[in-house]
Amino acid sequence: MKYVDEYRGEGEAQRFLEAIRSTITRPRTVMEICGGQTHTLIQSGIDRMLPDALTLVHGPGCPVCVTPLELIDKAIAIAQRPDVILASFGDMLRVPGSETDLLAVKARGADVRVVYSPLDAVRLAAANPDRSVVFFAVGFETTAPPNAMAVWQAKRQGLENFSILCSHVLVPPAMEAILASPDNRVEGFLAAGHVCTVMGYEEYEPIAETYRVPIVVTGFEPLDLLQGLYMTLQALEAGRWGVENQYTRSVRREGNRSAQKVVAEVFERCDRRWRGIGVIPASGYRLRPALARFDAESRFDVGDISTRESPLCIAGEILRGLKKPAECGEFGRRCTPDDPLGAPMVSSEGACAAYYRFGRRP
Amino acid sequence: MSAGDRSDLSRGPRCPLPIADHPTVLLAHGGGGRLSRMLLDRVFLEAFRNPILETLHDGALLDLGDARVVVSTDSFVIRPLFFPGGDIGSLAVHGTVNDVAMCGAKPVGLCAGFILEEGLPMETLWQIACSMQEAAREVGASIVTGDTKVVDRGKGDGVFINTTGLGVLLPGADVSPLRARAGDVVLVNGSLGLHGVAVMSIREGLEFETALESDSAPLCDLVRCILERAGNGIHVLRDPTRGGVASALNEIAAQARVGIRLDERGLPIREEVRGACEILGLDPLYVANEGKCLAIVARERADEVLETLHAHPLGDEAAIIGEVVDEHPGRVVLRTRIGGTRFVDMLSGDPLPRIC
Repeated sequence: MKYVDEYRGEGEAQRFLEAIRSTITRPRTVMEICGGQTHTLIQSGIDRMLPDALTLVHGPGCPVCVTPLELIDKAIAIAQRPDVILASFGDMLRVPGSETDLLAVKARGADVRVVYSPLDAVRLAAANPDRSVVFFAVGFETTAPPNAMAVWQAKRQGLENFSILCSHVLVPPAMEAILASPDNRVEGFLAAGHVCTVMGYEEYEPIAETYRVPIVVTGFEPLDLLQGLYMTLQALEAGRWGVENQYTRSVRREGNRSAQKVVAEVFERCDRRWRGIGVIPASGYRLRPALARFDAESRFDVGDISTRESPLCIAGEILRGLKKPAECGEFGRRCTPDDPLGAPMVSSEGACAAYYRFGRRP
Repeated sequence: MSAGDRSDLSRGPRCPLPIADHPTVLLAHGGGGRLSRMLLDRVFLEAFRNPILETLHDGALLDLGDARVVVSTDSFVIRPLFFPGGDIGSLAVHGTVNDVAMCGAKPVGLCAGFILEEGLPMETLWQIACSMQEAAREVGASIVTGDTKVVDRGKGDGVFINTTGLGVLLPGADVSPLRARAGDVVLVNGSLGLHGVAVMSIREGLEFETALESDSAPLCDLVRCILERAGNGIHVLRDPTRGGVASALNEIAAQARVGIRLDERGLPIREEVRGACEILGLDPLYVANEGKCLAIVARERADEVLETLHAHPLGDEAAIIGEVVDEHPGRVVLRTRIGGTRFVDMLSGDPLPRIC
């Protein structure tokens, strides 16, 4: 298949692995930011082919995983209102809230719909003028432009029955939080190629400079990841830091300016709570005040939400790269994709789910 | 027996599914994966336990003195009712005759039960009935009895169909998941994932450059051909419907206590299915098929079986996709395109499209 098979060749993979083996001289720890990258690493078996000296830790780039519990509880509460259609990307449906999840409330009669694009939710609102359509707008910089576009379209079409429950998060502040943490062990990063396709990578340059780390913007195919790892190791071994771009077929330094413009018109930066990590300053987006009528949180008063995390789940340590899924006592025992205790076991981008699905389990 | 025991019994056997985990039925209980298996194990096997059911084959083999008869049943709740490559009527015939065929039997008769929703256009029902008749005629099995119920508007999804198939065992057939043994070869008669992707793309309004059609087809003739050629060299037959090839092979590996090894490069998957799965974040190994047959055969008969499949109209894309091994009993391992390895697990939950 064009644009796919050329990045999955066995011969090239072996050559990169050999180059990685001959470059690394001492133990190194590298974090891949994005859950999509984690998924490819495990799915293609790369994690088992790398030299032992190279430790990969899986980053927080799983939007489903870091969406705060109170927001999931709010989504569940809003979905149970008879006048509401709650539209969401598929993998949010099984994320456990404090008491239940969206799939379970759907089973009990709530109108919860899976959509493939936020614009589908706008169409739902246009087609159901007597219902209130709420789109669960989560994600990193990658989903911010389509979510912004949905609000922009709803405004243009004068759809008063459309709103978003927004929990947008941003990668660079999370990387800084990881690097600034006293127990950090990450020496280099594979930055998320699709986030950088939208935002570019200028904003990573001061981070690389401040913390003296190599950051390689990396794609999602097996050969992208092997090349990204090779470039990171070359920089580490040479004592270099800075930002390099492996994913040149998609990413430019300045990013996608028109996408950034739509995002800036609709959203503004705010502090954001990350599930399992805590509040990170200026790490998210919220709707601009002029668009507040599209904010589901202000439209629906769902009362006080008191949240309760599973005391057994160590998602926070997993998302900060401090522990691997198999180091969790409940992994594959009380926590499985059918009965997840925490979000990383749900999403195909969650590290625990990737480990479980591809057999890295007891 | 104590008084306490008696009072428990008077209330009937208790539901053994942990209510705390799943107090209500979820869609994933019908997804063909891990939760479906749990439902089977903890509710239906628990309630109906008997040696024939416990073989957990696609159908039951009944020894009736002189005759060896296979019976199998399946229900069809597909939306939309008409999809590229078929409709609920043809699917209801194919699904059940294929389950009969996977037991090594030739289907001879079908029963059909209809649950119709008030308001269903008569024309739609007529089209479905004609489609069923055509599909049954093609395999030489008449629809010999049936039943109809109508439910209130809003209590059904247009039409639900249950079909039960009766078949007679083909001469020389001895197929059972328990016969998989190390050294056997795993074959499939064609490309994977067509039905699931075709239905999903219609259901969700996804548009692709090329139109995908379901592979829904009757496999009885194909099964007859390979059994005539290789007889009891055919050890296991299974149609990988819900849950896909991954779940079907995991079930066989678990039942026969063998390992199964697949090679990703050898999996027949059409470009358009791969493309759709890439976009939706789905794995074609978990996508449903309705005209595919997995055959686990003795290694020395594999070439003959492959040749026979290639000569059949439903087998021109047939391929050897893996082998049965002694290692990792109960599990399926995939050699990836880049030369790595990973386990292929049962389907967990319903496959959900991901965010990005």
